[in-house]
Amino acid sequence: MAQHQKDNLAPLHLHIPEPKFRPGDVADFSDVVVPPVDDITRPDEHVQPADIHPLAYGLVRVLDGDNQAKGSWNPGLDPDKLRLMLRKMLTVRAFDDRMFRAQRQGKTSFYMKSFGEEATSVATTMALHRDDMCFPSYRQQGILITRDYPLVDMMNQIYSNRGDRLKGRQLPIMYSAKDYGFFSVSGNLTTQYPQAVGWAMASASRADTRIAAVWCGDGSTAEGDFHSALTFAAVYNAPVIFQVVNNQWAISSFSGFAGSERTTFAARAIGYGIAGLRVDGNDALAVYAAMQWAADRARTNNGPTLIEYFTYRGEGHSTSDDPNAYRAAEEYALWPLGDPVDRLKLHLIALGEWSEEQHSALITELSDSVKATQKEAEQNGILGHGLHHPFETMFEDVFEEMPWHLKEQCEQMLEEQHDKFGPEWEAR
Amino acid sequence: MSESSIKTMNMIEAINSAMDVMLARDPEVVIMGEDVGYFGGVFRATAGLQKKHGKTRVFDTPITECGIIGVGVGMAAYGLRPVPEIQFADYIYPGLDQLVSEAARMRYRSANDFICPMTVRSPFGGGIFGGQTHSQSPESLFTHICGIKTVIPATPYDAKGLLIAAIEDNDPVVFFEPKRIYNGPFTGYYDRPVEPWSKHEGSAVPEDYYRIELGKAAIVREGQAVTVLTYGAMVHVVKAVVAEQGIDAEIIDLRTLLPLDIETIEASVKKTGRCMVVHEATRTSGFGAELAAQVQERCFYHLEAPIERVTGFDTPYPHSLEWAYFPGPVRLARAFDKIMKD
Repeated sequence: MAQHQKDNLAPLHLHIPEPKFRPGDVADFSDVVVPPVDDITRPDEHVQPADIHPLAYGLVRVLDGDNQAKGSWNPGLDPDKLRLMLRKMLTVRAFDDRMFRAQRQGKTSFYMKSFGEEATSVATTMALHRDDMCFPSYRQQGILITRDYPLVDMMNQIYSNRGDRLKGRQLPIMYSAKDYGFFSVSGNLTTQYPQAVGWAMASASRADTRIAAVWCGDGSTAEGDFHSALTFAAVYNAPVIFQVVNNQWAISSFSGFAGSERTTFAARAIGYGIAGLRVDGNDALAVYAAMQWAADRARTNNGPTLIEYFTYRGEGHSTSDDPNAYRAAEEYALWPLGDPVDRLKLHLIALGEWSEEQHSALITELSDSVKATQKEAEQNGILGHGLHHPFETMFEDVFEEMPWHLKEQCEQMLEEQHDKFGPEWEAR
Repeated sequence: MSESSIKTMNMIEAINSAMDVMLARDPEVVIMGEDVGYFGGVFRATAGLQKKHGKTRVFDTPITECGIIGVGVGMAAYGLRPVPEIQFADYIYPGLDQLVSEAARMRYRSANDFICPMTVRSPFGGGIFGGQTHSQSPESLFTHICGIKTVIPATPYDAKGLLIAAIEDNDPVVFFEPKRIYNGPFTGYYDRPVEPWSKHEGSAVPEDYYRIELGKAAIVREGQAVTVLTYGAMVHVVKAVVAEQGIDAEIIDLRTLLPLDIETIEASVKKTGRCMVVHEATRTSGFGAELAAQVQERCFYHLEAPIERVTGFDTPYPHSLEWAYFPGPVRLARAFDKIMKD
């Protein structure tokens, strides 16, 4: 019942967004606009944000329908670098497959694949300097893999075993690797945005040369932290690159619940006076080129950039949800921007620098290598099977020095373990 | 330390001096917050610091507490030692996720890969006709978070020494400044003239570096009849009431709520056999509840009376009825009567 109505006024209407397709529908992406390569040419890195507003609504593309790299955004990478990029993306895919399966086998509690989004962490990292600081969200395992972080350490973390560098404290995939320029992953969304700005401000205030790059998803752009971060970055002209991996889905909520029915995520930059780019996220060369442009800009004190990677989450959000329950089947197969790995492969083949045979062989090699690494990791234990860090480590690192109340609680916990496991445990 | 380097300071001057000393001593220290730069802060705590130490060390920020604290976490990850000011404790809530989920757990979640040596300063408490948005005492929320230290000074001398120790600490610290006693040790008798800090021994502050270890309480009055556990502005209110009523109370200024100085508390309560906890914050789930629980766990067989809690009421801080809300001399006198009769 309306609380207040006037006869001469039309009733108001509340809009609740609804995705175009649900289970049972056949997805039709014919309304996704894919502009031609070089629809908007690459501007100089020193351009004023106000002069490039169309780039926030367009789509930076390099790899064309004929699998050739074209246009002003073409980063002109040599075949060795392209093959390395492909290899890293395939490594992410092989790793994801094994770890997803490990979760299904009950070896750990949780996993998140990045299927379909590999370019947004691999190509971006390749365009950064090795000592630039990355502030990832939870789906950027490609950063660590690109920077050659040991896969066995990633697996140890996923298994929360006695080899886990994080001592079994974090949910699987929430890595931390300072030496690899990889910030501790938080489960609270977009908190890394202002942190990346703070890191970048610190770097600038120390006349350092390193920049910061930060990732979040389309859904979490709605968090207040996102807007706080963009405000801070604009105010202090911080050397930071904001990236929104728009994979269309936030668990079961489509991007419309973050405002995509109204404008692009890249266009969020415009209100802050920040450079904004919207990029084909499944075009690894376009992703590389956009990051390179933004990094050059940040490194030359021309300020922050917001990049939206228009991509698609090929699988579920995590091991905890079934996408068939909320979206149309086969959406990924119908996605008009294709698959990032396939497109890079076809480009290399078109260049005469790769073949289907080499590709198959590489997939087998990586799969075997990941399997062997998995065996190695499992020597350190899997979740819930006893091979964890010592019980008392639960109380370490809450503070630099353990205060009395934690010492007391630690003693209590050890007594409980004694009661539970008996003298054998004490003699461990 | 030579006698000549001691200066009479109010609490604002002492806090300013602590930051001045640390800015000069440690190039990694950075001060930021709303209005803290050119203007020197709405309470003048950072007056002159930007001019002296430069704009990259002391600067104004946008009005986003989430941003201020989040940026501080990032600066700390880089290797700086940020000291952000939240203009009023009442404004800290937008930054709470960055404090609770990020700053407090950074060392733990990354297994020492990243740490967060950040000190968040914020004026708190009422008695200044600040209404419900400029008077709150949210300290107990922070003691409930694992990985944050909570510090509250009660004198200029303590404020400087504790703030220096907080800034030097390698863990995040929330440093609440009782703004009612910035300019003088308020006794709770709001209708009497305000006494300036210069008449209080706690205003003798060395101009140079010194630190007061976190986690150590101060016995501000020795006594035999009853132990009073309190902190911040209430230390002075309790002192005044005890003097007025002629009660032989032992008054303990906790100074750090977490980690708590349990040894000092336990020894005192076992000696006096009575314990009263006093804070201005609301009663239910206030820090007094934790203190009462700790005391009964450790001193139950020494207690001759139930533990008394003297606190603010469980209402938002009322503007016009501030002095009916405030746990002042009347509420304290009634509590002393009760605990001494039992």
